[in-house]
Amino acid sequence: MYSFDIKKADSVAAAAALITQTGGRPLAGGQSLVAAMKLRLAQPGTLVDLAGIAELKGIRRDGNALVIGAMTRHAEVAASAEVRAAIPALAALAEGIGDRQVRNMGTLGGSLANNDPAACYPAGALGLGATIHTSQRTIAADDFFKGLYETALGDGELVTRVSFPIPAKAAYVKFVQPASRFALVGVFVAQTSGGVRVAVTGAGSSVFRAKAIEDALTKSFTAEAAKAVKMAASGLNSDLHGSAEYRAHLIPVLAARAVATIA
Amino acid sequence: MGANDSGPIGQAVRRREDQRFLTGAGQYTNDVVMAREACAYFLRSPHAHARIRSIDSKDAKAAPGVVAIYTGEDLVGVNGLPCGWLITGTDGKPMNEPPHPVLAKGKVRHVGDPVVMIVAETLNQAKDAAELVVVDYEVLPSVVNVVDALKPGAPQLHDEAPGNRCYTWALGDQAAVDAAFAKAHHVAKVDIVNNRLVPNAIEPRAALASYSRADESYTLYVTSQNPHVERLLMTAFVLGLPETKVRVIAPDVGGGFGSKIYLYAEETAMMWASKHVNRPLRWVAERSESFISDAHGRDHVTHAEMAVDKDGKFLALRVTTTANVGAYLSTFASCIPTILYATLLAGQYATPAIHCEVTAVFTNTVPVDAYRGAGRPEATYVVERVANQVGVDLGIAQDEVRRRNFIRTFPYVTPVALTYDTGNYDATLDEAMRLADVAGFAVRKAEAAKRGKLRGLGYSSYIEACGLAPSNIAGALGARAGLYEAGQVRVNPTGGVTVFTGSHSHGQGHETTFAQVVAGRLGIDIASVEIVHGDTGRIPFGMGTYGSRSLAVGGTAIVKALDKIVAKGKKIAAHLLEAAEADIEFADGKFTVAGTDRSKAFGEVALAAYVPHNYPLDKLEPGLDETAFYDPTNFTYPAGTHICEVEIDPETGVTEVVAFAACDDFGNIINPMIVEGQVHGGLAQGIGQALLEQCVYDRSSGQLVSGSFMDYAMPRADDLPSFKVGTKVTPCTHNPLGAKGCGEAGAIGSPPALINAVLDALASVGVKDIQMPASPHRVWQAIQAAKAGTAAAA
Repeated sequence: MYSFDIKKADSVAAAAALITQTGGRPLAGGQSLVAAMKLRLAQPGTLVDLAGIAELKGIRRDGNALVIGAMTRHAEVAASAEVRAAIPALAALAEGIGDRQVRNMGTLGGSLANNDPAACYPAGALGLGATIHTSQRTIAADDFFKGLYETALGDGELVTRVSFPIPAKAAYVKFVQPASRFALVGVFVAQTSGGVRVAVTGAGSSVFRAKAIEDALTKSFTAEAAKAVKMAASGLNSDLHGSAEYRAHLIPVLAARAVATIA
Repeated sequence: MGANDSGPIGQAVRRREDQRFLTGAGQYTNDVVMAREACAYFLRSPHAHARIRSIDSKDAKAAPGVVAIYTGEDLVGVNGLPCGWLITGTDGKPMNEPPHPVLAKGKVRHVGDPVVMIVAETLNQAKDAAELVVVDYEVLPSVVNVVDALKPGAPQLHDEAPGNRCYTWALGDQAAVDAAFAKAHHVAKVDIVNNRLVPNAIEPRAALASYSRADESYTLYVTSQNPHVERLLMTAFVLGLPETKVRVIAPDVGGGFGSKIYLYAEETAMMWASKHVNRPLRWVAERSESFISDAHGRDHVTHAEMAVDKDGKFLALRVTTTANVGAYLSTFASCIPTILYATLLAGQYATPAIHCEVTAVFTNTVPVDAYRGAGRPEATYVVERVANQVGVDLGIAQDEVRRRNFIRTFPYVTPVALTYDTGNYDATLDEAMRLADVAGFAVRKAEAAKRGKLRGLGYSSYIEACGLAPSNIAGALGARAGLYEAGQVRVNPTGGVTVFTGSHSHGQGHETTFAQVVAGRLGIDIASVEIVHGDTGRIPFGMGTYGSRSLAVGGTAIVKALDKIVAKGKKIAAHLLEAAEADIEFADGKFTVAGTDRSKAFGEVALAAYVPHNYPLDKLEPGLDETAFYDPTNFTYPAGTHICEVEIDPETGVTEVVAFAACDDFGNIINPMIVEGQVHGGLAQGIGQALLEQCVYDRSSGQLVSGSFMDYAMPRADDLPSFKVGTKVTPCTHNPLGAKGCGEAGAIGSPPALINAVLDALASVGVKDIQMPASPHRVWQAIQAAKAGTAAAA
């Protein structure tokens, strides 16, 4: 690890200012960033620690939405009675991230801002049609995830909270990569007020919506309908754990399994 | 064991060492602290194969905290790392043995090859300085797999090894095999890859090397399975130091699995440098460093054919193997795919003729050496996969094809140079089938089919040769060291017993098992027995722990020393009891005059030995402290049957190991709980190899693609079923404990059981072959290929 400064912020405004002043990076749960720093793959001169900012914490019901603070840990989401009652699929998703240590440190905002192509939370946010609130604006999930580790966030812009509309039904099925246990392919299926949404993580350079499966499920919300969809392999990830063809095959299979749990 | 068959022997005594391990009180290499320490850091090759044009470390030397920087050229008087076993090829020539420099000289030959050692006040300063070292590499084409390496025009690693060949070696009667094949009813064939494995002990390798100007001596704390061997190789072969000036201590070590047997570059360079900088030097491998610097395991490509008669009786086995030894010969690399492999190809079967040819090949990869099982898993995989194929081809049930070929008369001389002393293969097969509930399998398979899942059952009836080894046989086969073990039993004046063993425990529980042996044999409380290991400064000598040899060889050395203690104790007791020595019996911790109630307790005799007021000083030395070296007369032959049951999801290719039964014959068992733990650990590693562990080098760049736990899948608890294990006992006939060894059996027996189960499950969808690991992707691909093949055929 290279040496670095760490500054603690007590408000979002202070954090944003510190980041701008120092050219540093925000530190949320640190489960990706600190690991990269230990390998000397990341070299931030300054880390601005968000852990002490009260306004970034908490889970609350707001009308027909769940609003979760950006610094809420995965373990808190997994254990939250509010989340389990309103969107059990989201609690289950959080419970399946990493291991106990990761879940106790990793945060919702950190995961979304990092946009790891195999992370689970982006699938939840995109699948539920969430709204991402930042220190500057609100961004629809459909506009937030831009590409490999790339989001709509500007420099110094911080995710503050995420608003998840409560769906009629939702389920997330993750097919784990055997070593990392990140999603080789993860599929989040939701019946929302805006229609059926199917978000896929792990398979591409960034989370994406499987429109063909959404269309099929809109016509018939059944496992058979999802499974009948053929996904093209082009553009999908290929690595030692699975070819693009394998991932393309898994998407409708997993979508069907998700539907089977809720249909 | 008669009168000695008492006390804690055979009991599930709780592991005494676990108190310190589980409470964080263990003393590992990195827990040892010395004054004035500096850190060592190794700058490693980022290339698989490159010529070093120049190394410029001027700026690095000036960086903050830097103490010294060394390259291969700086290590004057340091020889290369030796290989401990000379293999003579079929051409009658010794193997090609290219130099293995401690730090690269002229060329680098694998990603991770150490190039520069940086010594600095702190690790971070050493790493900062390393970034300032400019190594000018001329990148060369590389080759990572054996098939590519043997092709004409392949990149050449060593001038001393034309065609990248280390040796071609053979064992067995080729003419007899050819004759048997000529009259065979059928020939079953398999093409198999035994996948390369990365060891991954929980404690990475570490060293703390220091030099004392006071007496010009060196002390090395190191994560070693065999500190005396480490000292011998380092002093005699590499550094040219007298052994009297070097102390090697392997304190608590967090797992080895073979990877900590070897003399490595890092600690060797650090020992040399500790004198030059006159400071203790510390190094602890980071996990990603371990992936590219710890010796890997396995990596064979094999074609095997079994000739059989119409009843499935094995007539002859023909095996051709190409073994990857990596970029350099590691300490025991040469004997693993030969002496510890081809000799095991008889398995449990009375195959009359066997021939095996092995070509060992250099590639631009991390050196390959022994890894849990070391040659025997590779042999078992060949034998049990081809035995399975015989059953499949001839439509004979898998248990039946094995029974038709079992060896049942002992001693049995195999066609591949071993003599099995004892065994009962029917007994372990029967018990494994009972544990696996084979009778109920058809029902379970039908139930799974209703859920759209494919169930399969796979067998593996393995044998291994443990208790390495008769030194004279090993020497005749090319070993450059002996393979005995030493034990010293020091009875203290008040009756406590300190045992010094040349075996080394790095998780196996010797402090408990050996104490049980000593307490049981002496009839004393186990609490009064202390086991000391892992220190050349305290232990007479030792060959260390590997090849499941500790109890059979190290334990026997202790027993031999105990016999001397008892013999001397009888002399002392005879004097104290005013009886003839021949009339003294020893049992239950008492020396008794036969046929009387007159006795002296063990403690009284010990006290008399050290306070010899009433003592036969004219005939006997005071003291009660005996040492024995034990050199076995034969290998031991643990054997058993493993049965794996899998359920495959054909839609995703996921294989779940739903049940695993293992019945093993380890001879007499001292501590059944520890044995069961060893079996569980071995099964986890074997299932890991067969299902999960995938070491992948990029074929064009030579980079290790699976270079971290993000891509290299180690088995986890939820990948494994609750194992059903049992034992049957045929005591080893040639050591006094009747023990055979249990450390590797799980890793040896399980991979073919799992793959045979996968093939059984997939037979209904037309899949005929699959390689390890049976990952979801690979299983799915095999199903797709079979479907496409069926479609094409139709």
